[in-house]
Amino acid sequence: MISLLNKRLRDRTLSAIDLYGKTLSDIENKSNLNAFVHVIRDGDQRAVDSHKRLQNGTQRPLEGIPIAVKDNFCTKGVPTTCASKMLQNFVPTYDATVVERLKAAGAIIIGKTNLDEFAMGSGTVDSIFGPTKNVWRSNPNQWHIAGGSSGGSCVAVASGMCVAALGSDTGGSIRNPASYCGVVGFKPTYGLLSRYGLIPLVNSMDVPGIIAKTVEDVVTVLSVMIGPDENDSTCVDTNLDTNSFQTDFSIDKCRIGIPEEYNCEGLSDEVKETWDFVANLINDFKGTVKKVSMPHTSVSIATYSVLNACEVASNMSRYTGLFYGYRSKNDHKSFDSLITTSRMEALGEVVRSRILSGNFFLLRSNYEKYFMQSLKVRRLISEDFKNIWKSNYDFLVTPTTLTTAPLLSEFKSLDNRTQCATQDYCTQPANMTGCPAITIPVKLSNNKMPISIQIMASNFDDIRLLQFANWLEKKLQFSQIHL
Amino acid sequence: MYIRKLLTKHTLQVINHLKLSRNKSTNAFDKHKWKSVVGLEIHAQISSESKLFSAAGTKFDAVVNSQVALFDAAIPGTLPRINEKCVEAAILTALVLGCNLNTESSFDRKHYFYADMPAGYQITQQFHPLAEKGQITFHVIDQNIKNLPYSKTSLIKQIQLEQDSGRTIYDDFSKNSLIDLNRAGTGLMELVFEPDLCNGLEASALVKELLLIFERIKTCSGRMEEGALRVDANVSITDSDKLGTRTEIKNLGSIRAVQLAVDYEIFRQLNLIKEGKEVVNETRGWDSITNKTISMRDKEVLQDYRFMPEPNLLPLNLNKFDIKKLQTNIPELPTVTRNNIMSKYGFNIRKTTTLMNEPVLLSMFFDIMNNDSLRNPSRVWNVLTIEFLTELNKRSIEPKQSEIPSSVIGEVVDLLDNNTVNLVHARKVIAKIFDEKNKSPSQIVIENNWEQISNIEEIEKLCKEVMLEYPKAVKDYRRGKLQAIKFLISHIAKKTNERANLALASKKLEEFLKND
Repeated sequence: MISLLNKRLRDRTLSAIDLYGKTLSDIENKSNLNAFVHVIRDGDQRAVDSHKRLQNGTQRPLEGIPIAVKDNFCTKGVPTTCASKMLQNFVPTYDATVVERLKAAGAIIIGKTNLDEFAMGSGTVDSIFGPTKNVWRSNPNQWHIAGGSSGGSCVAVASGMCVAALGSDTGGSIRNPASYCGVVGFKPTYGLLSRYGLIPLVNSMDVPGIIAKTVEDVVTVLSVMIGPDENDSTCVDTNLDTNSFQTDFSIDKCRIGIPEEYNCEGLSDEVKETWDFVANLINDFKGTVKKVSMPHTSVSIATYSVLNACEVASNMSRYTGLFYGYRSKNDHKSFDSLITTSRMEALGEVVRSRILSGNFFLLRSNYEKYFMQSLKVRRLISEDFKNIWKSNYDFLVTPTTLTTAPLLSEFKSLDNRTQCATQDYCTQPANMTGCPAITIPVKLSNNKMPISIQIMASNFDDIRLLQFANWLEKKLQFSQIHL
Repeated sequence: MYIRKLLTKHTLQVINHLKLSRNKSTNAFDKHKWKSVVGLEIHAQISSESKLFSAAGTKFDAVVNSQVALFDAAIPGTLPRINEKCVEAAILTALVLGCNLNTESSFDRKHYFYADMPAGYQITQQFHPLAEKGQITFHVIDQNIKNLPYSKTSLIKQIQLEQDSGRTIYDDFSKNSLIDLNRAGTGLMELVFEPDLCNGLEASALVKELLLIFERIKTCSGRMEEGALRVDANVSITDSDKLGTRTEIKNLGSIRAVQLAVDYEIFRQLNLIKEGKEVVNETRGWDSITNKTISMRDKEVLQDYRFMPEPNLLPLNLNKFDIKKLQTNIPELPTVTRNNIMSKYGFNIRKTTTLMNEPVLLSMFFDIMNNDSLRNPSRVWNVLTIEFLTELNKRSIEPKQSEIPSSVIGEVVDLLDNNTVNLVHARKVIAKIFDEKNKSPSQIVIENNWEQISNIEEIEKLCKEVMLEYPKAVKDYRRGKLQAIKFLISHIAKKTNERANLALASKKLEEFLKND
């Protein structure tokens, strides 16, 4: 898609100024989906600049391409709310590294997309801006959820408002909504992209990632953001060459593992069939497909719940309203009562309950029992992955989500923990070990909702993962059929 | 200086308190059975251009909130970045204090809500500190000369890197608390000592020695008045092998405060036990006006800091640092200087320590002696640590701010050595050189006609004069009341505006009084 746009911009059958204008009106026309929480309407000058560069041949890789950014990435001079009352009026004075690099590559940041408050959810339902609606519908009277927490970005791409968007993935927050929305969602290896400027959920698992219509577009966007960042000590200098994506990929040399533990309770028949279908397809093309075992998969969610709550409790401590963010207007007798009231009034119930449990787990008397124990289990889950790679497997193929996108009404009837525990089952282990993972759409269900598949590879084997995803995408032809 | 005097007075009061209560000890309660145990935790600000985890500057007297990077204000999405200069400073400090360096250490978050700590946690090294198991040896010297100086070693448990907090300033006018984040995020070395000290004197001697070390290795400015070095003291008393319940006195900002607060706290705890009460584990502050430790009530609730590893920093690996280079560049340390002074100039520990405690005077001492090794070291010591220092104090000038070159003081020493002036006029010369900086001491002596009278004939003449003027004193002396000579000498001094060489005069007088 991006290469197509690039070509049209270069041969002047489309101007960057028109593209920008069309994107704005498209966003306006589809505002009922509630994908954007803030649209950047004053980007005309940037569009004009891009136009000039395209005319004088100094264009950069993403010149004039509109890209949406999840509203938990800091954007200089543009509100960054995390969909929370706490940060409703927060305007950062700096750009997140990934945003800065997109801009430097000529991309036009078109707006900020909806998410669950502080990315804590898997529906894009718990937002002060209200839920984002899935562009796919099984019936004209009801909405399906977009998935989350990067639901806004996925809907923006799925509905064609823009060709690519930034999301963040801590337990599946890119892959889950990408799967529900029938788009490609890529979670890179932890440490491949800088987290500087990404407002953290769980620092040790958060990664910025890319949502696009095609794997190739993911690679194009990735290639301008990759590279070490002195502002993020956990961002690694890998020398990963995104150009190697273009080299030949032969499936017959690949060994693919199908982890049986992912065939779990709650996995719908249709998703299971899709999984089998993909495994057979790979097999038909002479890829080696074998069942493997990852025994600690089922405890991943429980472990995640503890680690997530602990880091949330810690990361949320800064939101007191003293230096920025929401401050209660009521009179206060003390510092403690001021910050208590401000936090009470401005943080949602899901956020507050995670803070409470996190603080409980971190108490001196509980630290060993919960936090340390969870770290040990995290290690075991990570070992499961290492054992697979050691046994010479190249990729793991699993479902992304257990079902297609639930109806908004059904989803709302569940509490946040149940929502996440079910929806993150297949995506979450990758965050525990940090490995790269991608979801690509495979087909539509009987009720016309997208079903996707997830592929994982060993840490920093991102480019090969993308090559495999690209191969599979070509064989599946999903985007060509349904767009 | 006024404050120093005041504090000294109070020290004595506290000590007297202790003595009184010791004497009053009852049969049921024998204070001598109780021993006090003191352990220090010292926060030393690292002298570095920028903060521990951000690029913001660390200037002490900068405009409020002007030394603040986004990270220091805990702006969402910002991440810490370790400042390698701070790590080097901590490594050097640890090396000098004989610590074992941990090749790998790590950072933790310590959570508590405090208005001047924007993130809601402090990044510190709770579980795996940079260095462990060191020691510091220092001399304990009581002002009371009857108590002999002794050497003492305190063990260091660990040295860790951590962030400083900002400052909260209460504005009386607007009735608001104002926050200055200039200090927030400045690198601190926390030095945790084992509880192996006995009293305030030992505690203050330890801090003094540490300041001398910092003076040499320059990893901390040591400016306690700017808060660059702050001391927490843990104090307990026990009558068995087990440690008693301890209290922690927070944020002691001067050497005097360390000594007074610790001694007061021991005294307070002994009195509690005597009255049959119990010592409560609590944090106390030092009130320098009443000279008492006071309970800090808001902190009485047991704090649970909910420690957690800092996920945004990699473990700190010291293999990246050139430790050998740091090791070879260690300057001469105070212990070595002290031993050199004692052996080369024959000073005792008390004299040596006095000189060492004023690094500016120490360097002047070396200058003066190196310039002319025939000078009398004791005289140089006297002129510097008594006459010159007294004049500095009179004028409220810190030694490091004095602009008097050592050569000038050396000249004063020479004027004394060759009997050009006596001590009385040497003092006057020292006072004058502050006001007339362009003149040499010799010039001042000549202009003011302050030369000592050492001419024999003149002295003899003076002796004869006073003997004639005060025949009663002469008579008294000859009857065996030898003290009377002092009376005659004082009159010679008076007659000559104290210019007469009194040693010579006294010798001559004695001769005359005995012979005639």
